[in-house]
Amino acid sequence: MSDSAHDRGVQMKLPRFDIKTMGPAIALILLCIIGYALNPAFASEGNITNLLTRSAFIGIIAVGATFVITSGGIDLSVGSMAAVIAGVMIIIMNNVVDTFGAGVTTVLIGCGCSVILGLGAGWANGFLTTKGKIEAFIVTLGTMGIYRSLVTYFADGGTLSLDFSIRGTYRPVYYDSFFGLPIPVWVFIVVAIVGWILLNRTAFGRYCMAIGSNEAVARYSAINVDRIKTWTYVIQGLCVSLATIIYVPRLGSASSSTGVLWELEAIAAVIIGGTVLKGGYGRIGGTILGALILTTIGNILNFTDLISNYLNGTMQGLIIIVAVWLQRGDWGRARRAKT
Amino acid sequence: MLEGDRSDDLILHADRICKSFGTIPVLFSVSMGVRVGEIHALIGENGAGKSTLMKILSGYHAPTTGTIHLDGKPIELPTDGQAEKLGIVLIHQELSLAEQLTVEENIFLGREESRYGFLNRTHMRAQVRALLSELGLDVAPDSRISDLSIAQKQMVEIAKAISRNARILIMDEPTAVLTPAETAIFFRQIRSLKAQGVSIIFVSHKLDEVKEISDRVTILRDGQWISTKDTADMQPDSMAQLMVGRELSDLYPPKTEPDVDVPKVLRVRNLTAQGGVADVSFDLGKGEILGFAGLVGSGRTALFEAICGLSDVHSGTIEVNGRAGQFASVAQARDAGLTYLTKDRKEKGLLLNMGMRPNLTLLALPKFIRRHMINQRAEDEALVTAKRRFDIRARDHRVNMRDLSGGNQQKLLLAKIMESQPNIVVVDEPTRGIDVGTKQQIYHFIAALAQDGMSIILISSEMPEVIGMCHRVAVMREGRLMTVLSGDEINENEIVRYAAGLKEARADERLSA
Repeated sequence: MSDSAHDRGVQMKLPRFDIKTMGPAIALILLCIIGYALNPAFASEGNITNLLTRSAFIGIIAVGATFVITSGGIDLSVGSMAAVIAGVMIIIMNNVVDTFGAGVTTVLIGCGCSVILGLGAGWANGFLTTKGKIEAFIVTLGTMGIYRSLVTYFADGGTLSLDFSIRGTYRPVYYDSFFGLPIPVWVFIVVAIVGWILLNRTAFGRYCMAIGSNEAVARYSAINVDRIKTWTYVIQGLCVSLATIIYVPRLGSASSSTGVLWELEAIAAVIIGGTVLKGGYGRIGGTILGALILTTIGNILNFTDLISNYLNGTMQGLIIIVAVWLQRGDWGRARRAKT
Repeated sequence: MLEGDRSDDLILHADRICKSFGTIPVLFSVSMGVRVGEIHALIGENGAGKSTLMKILSGYHAPTTGTIHLDGKPIELPTDGQAEKLGIVLIHQELSLAEQLTVEENIFLGREESRYGFLNRTHMRAQVRALLSELGLDVAPDSRISDLSIAQKQMVEIAKAISRNARILIMDEPTAVLTPAETAIFFRQIRSLKAQGVSIIFVSHKLDEVKEISDRVTILRDGQWISTKDTADMQPDSMAQLMVGRELSDLYPPKTEPDVDVPKVLRVRNLTAQGGVADVSFDLGKGEILGFAGLVGSGRTALFEAICGLSDVHSGTIEVNGRAGQFASVAQARDAGLTYLTKDRKEKGLLLNMGMRPNLTLLALPKFIRRHMINQRAEDEALVTAKRRFDIRARDHRVNMRDLSGGNQQKLLLAKIMESQPNIVVVDEPTRGIDVGTKQQIYHFIAALAQDGMSIILISSEMPEVIGMCHRVAVMREGRLMTVLSGDEINENEIVRYAAGLKEARADERLSA
């Protein structure tokens, strides 16, 4: 093998067709065709916009989850975290409305609190996992329960409603459009781009993959493993808080049923997108497709009488299992070929 | 060939065994006979073929040619570890007990006794208790394995073997992990097994122990049978002599004479650290290759992991390039110009599921950051350069590390360490598990780096490697630095004596080098 052949190989960088990376895209296209065939209204502008807006919540959270999972962790607390952040946001905005009025200031205070809470909650998960040396599954299972019960407690078992006067100010964040796309979709796009750059073009992203791939190697390669892992949970918290900020104006309320099973959907989106659950390999693009796939399935079920809409969770669960099974088959083969 | 062996009292006899892995021959017509109820020591340097021979005797490998006789009859041992059923049990250095189960559950694992579909615990416990007391092992049958000491685990493993009617126990360095007190107990138990007629094959690097416990000794060197003798006729010194004594070929680059008055780049004084490192002091000169020899587990890796910021230093001082160098992290050590190349390239060195590029630049990644982003063009250039400089051969640049040969992996690991442009490099077992051709290349890379003024610590358990490469050789034993040899003192006899504890440097000699 000559050196010049290597050099060419390095410089040319041919994009290679890879069924594993193309899989989610093909699945989404197939779903859209099926949706259209079942009901042409699927392709209407209103429905597409609705579909994108809905996928924004899960998509934004899933971008954060991609970092956590790529570095070998897991965060089960995201749904409960979203609920408790929504609850506290509403309480705070309702309380400051007398001082600052029902204007932008109050909404900004609410959003600021949301971001602080998200960062704090994420940091707590990260700190307990790294410095406390407790498995991420246990830590976030615990915080999942804590956050969920906190929102129930704040709402006194009922519903926390945003003061009516603020709703008018806050409402456009969910319902308004900008250049033809709803604002949540814009937030989703920005989060996705920033996430992609962070994961694929910065040292941080490289370190996430290295840690998820083999923590010992990462440590021997001068990577501050604890710090990077904590950051992934902080990013996850930030993503949850952003998703909550665009979610609250939709209903203007929060209750103990807010964000239920969001962790399932977020993790599902990540795994469907091709990120390896064991860590070491992550794909933001895939995660976004995964979020779109999940929302599209729910949407199609809404449109047709083929399967009851109540079975949405069943379909999502099946898809996660199939996606992981496909991944497993592939990895198993690679390992067997080696030994 | 085997003087004094009457084949009728041999329980296990390996006759003219040859073994090759692929095209690499490992054993050349080796014969070895084990008598009923004897303790037979198998000694030789690392790479002499001891492990391979043990695995052939216990059926884990099939010999390429040659036969094995059990009870005088030729037999083909099943190669899946089922030789246990024939009474031959290999006890690995990494013990194979289920950590979360109890002693009793482990001993009966896979052949639990049951009555009416339920485990017959009373009966099993009684048997285990009888067995343990017979072996003089003070462990309760219901203790969890994870709560036992390594010595106790080893005895449980032996008890398990005995309970399965083992007639031949093959043990790979059983005393390597034991303290002297534990070793004494272990030996007492081995002798009682011998009295019951069990034959024991025992591999050790500790020649004084071999002298103490064994009846006969077989010596291997470079995959060849050298001698089998009654232990009574031998002294540890004569064993060492038989183990060594090979000529060094041009596998190693010619040594350059280091200047006497070069500046010291690394100065370690009275270092005590995690992993049993006790009171170690030494200096490293610019452009020097300083070898660290010693037995596996003598504290060499622990010493340098502490120095390179991977584990805790308890006391003592370290100076790197004239500045205090107590590093709290690998990053700090790297930035001070000190890097460590791990001996465990698959678990600690390389990301096997990733390509060459991210592996190459991982340690020195901050160097490749431009405006907060990774400069991929610079990474690609670094890969091209590294491939040329270290002759790394791969189908194409996208290949996963997992799919490269051991030699190419090792070269990439070396290249990765060099990306951080260190001036002191600690290479730990740099040629483990790679073929001779690549070994030679790596030796020449290391020598060339030293000639360019880089200072190198070479930790190696391969004696010829240390002798062939190093200007000076430090020998460690049980966490302590026994001596630093230089010039004509660097020979296998001297190193083996210090490593095995047969010779100790006078205190005033230790710092003289």
